[in-house]
Parts: sequence; structure tokens; C-alpha cells
Amino acid sequence: MSAEQLPSRSEVEDLLYREAALLDEWRLEEWLELLTDDATYQVPPTDVPEGDARNTLFIVADDAIRIRSRVKQLLDKSAWAENPHSRTRRMISNVRVLGADGDDILVTANFIVNRMRYENADIYVGRYNYRLVRHQGSLKIRERRVILDNEALRPHGKISFIL
Amino acid sequence: MDRKATNYIIDDREQGLFRVNRRVFTNPECLAEERRRIFEKCWIYVGHESEVPHPGDFQSRNVAGRPLVLVRGDDNIIRVLLNTCTHRGAMVCRQKSGNAKTFQCPYHAWTYNCRGQLIGTPGEDSYSDGFSREERALASPAQVGNYRGFIFACFDRTTESLYEYLAGAREYLDLVADQSEVGMKIIAGQQSYSARANWKLLVENSYDGYHGLPTHQRYFTFLTDIGVQVRGGDMNRPPHQMAADLGNGHAVVEYASPWGRPIAHWVPPFGEHRKVHFEQLRTKFDERFGPDRAYRICETSRNLGIFPNLVINDIMAITVRTFYPVSPDYMEVNAWALAPIEESAEDSALRLDNFLTFLGPGGFATPDDVEMLESCQRGFANKEVMWSDISRGMKREHPSITDELQMRAFWRRWNDLMTTPQIRRARKAA
Repeated sequence: MSAEQLPSRSEVEDLLYREAALLDEWRLEEWLELLTDDATYQVPPTDVPEGDARNTLFIVADDAIRIRSRVKQLLDKSAWAENPHSRTRRMISNVRVLGADGDDILVTANFIVNRMRYENADIYVGRYNYRLVRHQGSLKIRERRVILDNEALRPHGKISFIL
Repeated sequence: MDRKATNYIIDDREQGLFRVNRRVFTNPECLAEERRRIFEKCWIYVGHESEVPHPGDFQSRNVAGRPLVLVRGDDNIIRVLLNTCTHRGAMVCRQKSGNAKTFQCPYHAWTYNCRGQLIGTPGEDSYSDGFSREERALASPAQVGNYRGFIFACFDRTTESLYEYLAGAREYLDLVADQSEVGMKIIAGQQSYSARANWKLLVENSYDGYHGLPTHQRYFTFLTDIGVQVRGGDMNRPPHQMAADLGNGHAVVEYASPWGRPIAHWVPPFGEHRKVHFEQLRTKFDERFGPDRAYRICETSRNLGIFPNLVINDIMAITVRTFYPVSPDYMEVNAWALAPIEESAEDSALRLDNFLTFLGPGGFATPDDVEMLESCQRGFANKEVMWSDISRGMKREHPSITDELQMRAFWRRWNDLMTTPQIRRARKAA
């Protein structure tokens, strides 16, 4: 992929901002439509942020089946950790289109995700590493890696929503 | 503190009633007593020997509220050192993990070797003859013990040996350790999380079979969705399940489980291509241990609680989990995955994948456990409801995994330690 074929930052920002809105509004079925059929979602452990899920114990390492199951569960009443749902508000910034790897477009962005529930406010801070692909004209997410700067999930306790 | 022993628990064996006073989950004075009577008296898990495989390897740990260093010396001996300079107190090890020949205090440059011996005190001619480097070595807990790779520390030199302390829990640690012919290892990646709840609620939860279906309904739905047969099983064997009091406050539940186990219990989501490989793994266990023990190791799951704050759940993967109270209503939790050292990269990847379906702060079950514990803690604000009920199966000859024998084993030991008159303990110590 040549530099001219890379998407503009504003096109990538549109995707990431739309994704953030869908997640904050719990429109998870619509969020799935932003993903490729083989998309993965990973959260590495806080002590091995650059780890590989095949040999490192992650917090989340979803393949395509598990992402869809996660969404189905979260929209069902028996996902107690998210029933009632958390309120979340995502701030996405420092979006950079880093280049290409084959058909994949490499993107990174910083985030702050605020999660409010039972009058606790917890802050998740870190960066997203995306692999995007262009599919029938529009950008889709093939890989979504959430790298936390938090040294531990304390006092958060869990990542029960989609971070 | 309360002087009436009967105020913590009601243990009425005649009527088959067991109650726990909810004050033990909320009262700061009770926590202060626990630190003194339990965490400074019992053997507390520090780490696994596989985490410091080479001389000089170290891991910083917070154990029983203390910063410690688990370190393998150049003499290959694994030690636990208290991470505080014997000069004026600064922490001499400031990295989470690594390899070091020496630990140098950044404050005044006192230097220790990886055995903890003091080898450098800048400006030594200023010290009198009465000053001894030997006496100023890094301190250690009163006792350190290793059972099959699991390393524990104890801050009381009068406590029995680790071997005696573990009592009936050794049999279940053996069922985990025997999964390898060369040794088990902690896999990279620590799940560091927390719960806004009392630490004893996590003890109860970790081997509670009763909550499985209501709390984790979504996990069982997930299993069904991916093609695991949740009900039924091997019709030639009676459904295996039992709960046991292992002595000294340790307890276990063991049961035939529907999920796949990377140690040789194949289920369809693992893929047809792995079926033969799993049969081969299983045959090895049959050869090593005979069919009965091989069945137990491969096809049954175990949730093991080692008093007071270590959980080893050998379920769809093996998690080693320890936790410590920061306050009555907040605990820090650390969890790891344990696997056979010789496991292939492919099998290990499958193990980790299976682990994450259920376990950990992003799994399909642990977050709901944390939710329930936090919900209990909020509920305790209703002081009018003074007692929790832990009576299930109390009159049964063979309590099942959905009974509460395991919790009662914990609570009876907890109550003994919390109510034994201190003066008698002091005399015994002398």
C-alpha cells in the first residue's frame, strides 16, 4: 500500500469516534458491524503490555467467536457485572496513521475511558493499537488491541464492558 | 475487640445451623485482629519457584502487607527477603522483577548480594567496632517453606512446619503438581485486580458450587453455544463430586466438570485435530498413575482453598490466586496461570485461551463473581441483618459441592485463631 492509499487521519478519526459513541451508547450490535469477520480484541496484562496471547496470560484475548459471544452476553440480563450497565465516556486523542502492513492499516490512538457505576468512577488510561482494512470502500477493524497504562485494575476490579 | 467468642460465628451442630456475624466483613478492628492473629501466624503464599528460575532472578511481591523480594541466590537457594534497607528503611529492590547480582539501596548506597548479605557500606571507617555487617543483612520472615514449588512465608517462628500446616491440602496440591513430570511453571502475565469487598467473601466464593448456575449462567450458555455438552457426561462412571474439610482451615471441592481441560480432557471446541493428541496425553497419565488417579487428574476439576488467602483452582485451566485486605471493604487480588513446564507451545496457547473463557477480570465469569462480592459488601450496610447463613448440607453425611461444608471449614479455623486467648498462645510459644 502506498502512502497515497493510506486513509487520512480524519477518516480514521471518524471511525474511532463512531466506535466510541456506539460503545458508550451500548449499541453493541452496531459496533460489531465495524469489525471484520475475523476480527480480534485483546487486552494484554498490565505487566506485559507487549505480550503475545499465545504465551502470556492476557486479560482479554477474544477471537471472532468470542467477541460476538461477549456482545450477546453483555446484552443479556445475566451478565451481572454489567447489569445494570456501566455508564462509560471515552476520550480518544493523538490519533496517528502509522503505515501499512500488507492490507492492514496500522493506527494508534490514546484513550481515557471513564466508567461510572454504583457511584464509583474508575478511569482506564492507555492506547489503542488498531489494524484496519478497507472493505467495500469503508474502513473496518481487523484487530483491536487495548494497552493499559494502569499498573493494575485497582480499584476497577474488572473489565466487564468492552474497553 | 469483642471478648465473647460466640459473637463471630454460631456453629450449632445439633440443629444444623451455621451463621457468620456480618461485622467480620465490615469492622476495622476485626481486620486489625486478622492481621495479627491470622496473617502473622499462618503460612502465606509468596510465589512459585518457576518465577525465579536462574541465580539472581527476583520478583518483588507484596505479601501480608509487606514488600518482599523472592530471589534465587548465586548458591541456587530461593530466599524471601524483607525489602527494606537495614540502615534507614528505603526499599532496596525497586523493580517488579529481573535479575540482579546485588541490591543497592539508592538512599545511602548500602549494598547487599542476592543472598541478602550486606557487602557494602560506604564510609565504613565511621562505624564503631560494635557494628557488624552480618547482623545488618536483609531480614527474612521467621520461616520460609516450599511445597512442590509453591513457596510460602510465615512471620511466626512457633507455627508448625509448612508440611504439617498444609495437612490434607497436600493431596490436592499433589494432583496439580503431578500434571508434569518435570515441574509446573507460572506463565508470564499477572492478572492484578481488586474487589470492593471483604477478602473472606472471595475465600467463600472461590469454592462455592452453589453459586455456579445462577451467577455464571452466561458462561454455561457460552459453553453450550460453542458445542460443549453441559449436562450428561460419561454414563459408565457415577457422577463424581465431593467436598472435603482438609484440616487447618483448608478445604476443597472436586467434581467431574463439563468444560474441556488442557490436561487431557478433550471437548469438541478444542477441534477434531487435537483428539488423538489428547488421547495420547491421557494414556501417559494412565501409565503413570493408573486409571483412577489419571481420571481424577484429567477429568475432574478442583477448587482448593489454602487457609487463609491462597486459592488454586484446577478447572478449565489452573489459576493460582492470592488476595489481601487493604481495608475491610477492599482487597487486592493477584492471579496467575500455572502449566506443565514441558507443555508444547500449541497446548499452552490452548490452555491460556481456555483460561480466559472463564477466569480473570476480563473473563466470562470472574467479573460476575466480583460483582456479587461487591453487592454483598454494599448489602452489609443493613446492620439490622446481623448474620449470614452458611448452613447448607450441615446435617448431610456427604455434603455436595453445592453445600457449604468448605466455607464452614474455613470459618471454624478462622474463629479458632481469632478467639484463642492471646495469653495462652504466648505461653505455648514460650
